[in-house]
Amino acid sequence: MPKLDFSAYDTKGFYDEMFDENNNIRPNYQLFAERLQNMSQKKLNTLQHATDRAQLSFGMTFNVYSDNQGIERILHLDIIPRIIANNEWNHLEKGLQQRIKALNLFIQDIYNDQNVFKDKIIPKEMILSSVSYLKELVGFKPPKDIWCHITGSDLIKGGDGMYYVLEDNLRCPSGVSYMLENREILKRTFPELFEKLDVKPVYNYTHTLRDTLESLVDIDKPTVAVMTPGIYNSAYFEHSYLAQQMGAELVEGRDLIVKNDMVYMITTNGLKRVDVIYRRVDDDFIDPEVFNKKSLLGTPGLFRAYLKGNVVLVNAPGTGVVDDKAVYAYIPRIIKYYMGEDMILPNVKTYICDEKDDCKYVIENIHNLVVKQTDASGGYGMLIGPKSTKKEQEEFIAKIKNKPRNYIAQPMINLSRVPTIADNTIEGRHVDLRPYALYGEDIKIIPGALTRVALKKGSIVVNSSQGGGSKDTWVLNS
Amino acid sequence: MLGRVANTIYWMNRYLERAENYARFMDVNYNLSLELPPNEVEQWQPLVLITGDWELYESLYPNVEKSKVIYFLTFDKENPNSIFNCILNSRENARAVRAEITKEVWEQINALYYLVKNAAAKKNQSDKELRRLFTDIKNGCQLVYGMYYATISRNEGWHFAKLGQIIERADKTSRVLDAKYHLLLKSPKLIGSSLDLIQWAALLKSVSAFDMYRKKNGKLTSSGIAEFLILDTEFPRSILACLLSAERCLITLSGSSVGFSNNAQRQLGVLKSQLEYADINDIIANGMHEYLDNIQLKLNDISSAIYNSFFSIEPYVQNQSQSQVQ
Repeated sequence: MPKLDFSAYDTKGFYDEMFDENNNIRPNYQLFAERLQNMSQKKLNTLQHATDRAQLSFGMTFNVYSDNQGIERILHLDIIPRIIANNEWNHLEKGLQQRIKALNLFIQDIYNDQNVFKDKIIPKEMILSSVSYLKELVGFKPPKDIWCHITGSDLIKGGDGMYYVLEDNLRCPSGVSYMLENREILKRTFPELFEKLDVKPVYNYTHTLRDTLESLVDIDKPTVAVMTPGIYNSAYFEHSYLAQQMGAELVEGRDLIVKNDMVYMITTNGLKRVDVIYRRVDDDFIDPEVFNKKSLLGTPGLFRAYLKGNVVLVNAPGTGVVDDKAVYAYIPRIIKYYMGEDMILPNVKTYICDEKDDCKYVIENIHNLVVKQTDASGGYGMLIGPKSTKKEQEEFIAKIKNKPRNYIAQPMINLSRVPTIADNTIEGRHVDLRPYALYGEDIKIIPGALTRVALKKGSIVVNSSQGGGSKDTWVLNS
Repeated sequence: MLGRVANTIYWMNRYLERAENYARFMDVNYNLSLELPPNEVEQWQPLVLITGDWELYESLYPNVEKSKVIYFLTFDKENPNSIFNCILNSRENARAVRAEITKEVWEQINALYYLVKNAAAKKNQSDKELRRLFTDIKNGCQLVYGMYYATISRNEGWHFAKLGQIIERADKTSRVLDAKYHLLLKSPKLIGSSLDLIQWAALLKSVSAFDMYRKKNGKLTSSGIAEFLILDTEFPRSILACLLSAERCLITLSGSSVGFSNNAQRQLGVLKSQLEYADINDIIANGMHEYLDNIQLKLNDISSAIYNSFFSIEPYVQNQSQSQVQ
């Protein structure tokens, strides 16, 4: 049987996680490569097909908004893992802990003392004008002063082999269930490798999550619930998975009721008090009394109960202000201000269209830049300059001029690549990295991540809603 | 347990039981058609009549034809009770209560869904393939029950799931019997004929009762079979056995075994008592169709009472608007 052959594998001048610029295998991939080279392409394809089937049988599917109800897709899992060396991970871990700590202090500050404005670190107007800034929270401090309990930041590695933070996700970061289930599947796919390679386990994420949620209240055996918009939400698989793995109640807004500013679930035996809610419903929709009046996903009075301290909402409402892509540009300064330290994990260079010089530069160089709408996510509302037409560029310039506050731009980053199965061969595909952090008694970074991969040749868009897939991420112990 | 969740579990199992029963009917009718004497016309209309969806069928199809009936009952997306839709609904409900059931149960329901979905996508299936499919569906449902039995704690959810399953089962057994009594036999002269016996045997098989009936009564007689399927206390698919089992669930859920503590328990108790003291000769003399029809109506009432007693959020929502006015 023909053996797998990497001789034609071409890194094409991109940073490749498995091969260096001389096409030598990097140390972290050494053992894995040995195993692969004793395998035929046919065998590899068979393993890949078994994986596709396993995903369907686990029901690891998500609904796509643009499709009709009932259309389900799997987040394709490519079986070649991304492998990260221990020292590299330690660096990431420190960087993320620093960042999350600083962001949490920042959020507490902008809703309370507002020193960051007084000391002119960030323009007050920029924050107060953000749609995610909730005036209702001014003067409020959440339990244990923690706002961002669960973070899933998006990182990339550039051509220089350095990690950069691309985005912070402090609202309802999703994908952690894929990190966990991908690992379960890969343990079946390559059992012998897990025996030999010292891969750090990720299985205790849900235990840590439960501990984190319980640590926020001083109640013995608190009632913990995961709040979902329902089964047609694209991340429903994850909501139910987390509730199940944590032994928490999975509730919808209509299952809850607020009486005397306390939150109860409606059960077959009457009402039952709820203490902690990991809500996967956005701020806007959690309480029609305060926010979107038309929302059927939330519970009237929930926000009132929260402000009174009768229930903990995770993440805290109002954290979305940090996800604003305009705020992102200021994060190096924010970290310096609160931590007195330099940023460990750098940002990608970001131009703020709301600042005059930056805006001029963006308009003149739009063909070289990636332009992003500050309040959009999921790969929507963006222009990839080098891959766009003249007409698309002009449309974006008009949009920027009309509302500069809504746009930022970044240089095109050549995301690093990982070998990926493509039809009957293996080719490099661009990836990003989403590690997950839990902030309870301290900040824990789970040693693993969701690696998202752009499956289309040449594409750098890794979002699941735009044809991306995923990979298991192995963090080595040594 | 959340009221919504309890309701969802209840329906998850009702749909599953319904799908399994449809697969049984179909399989048995196939068998029956193979055993018919020459020149005897195959009968597919009673199958639609059993399900109570005759009006819908008539509105969708110009005539009764084997392939159309099979399509209508198995794959038709227009028919809310087709096997496809029942399994789809069962899976959607399972998805919504994913946190309450085990991985084993979920994966088996999910597998069943893909089995039917893939079959539905195929054009022109042979009789052989279809019969294989019905067997696979029956087995698939049995696997879910088995997983359920073996992996789920006997908590509230378990009892609501069980309630959904046995109330659906009681309803379907009554419909099967009703179909035979009124439709299969075109003339009273045929009573006791070989055709009559073939049909009674097929009917018993369609509820997997043939072996147990034989063991208990030996000879096939219409009144013996009717008694077995309505009043037997030991055979798990008889109507009375289902009611006894439902009563045990309601006692556990309501916490009282004497009298009743909610309307569901009261209505079920009344119906069960009627059957406990019924005599099959009286039932036949007074009209079995009417008797079965009445049971079906009562089962619907019991299902509504279960909803109002356990799942409805109405009382709390009213309280809430009152407290808001204050």
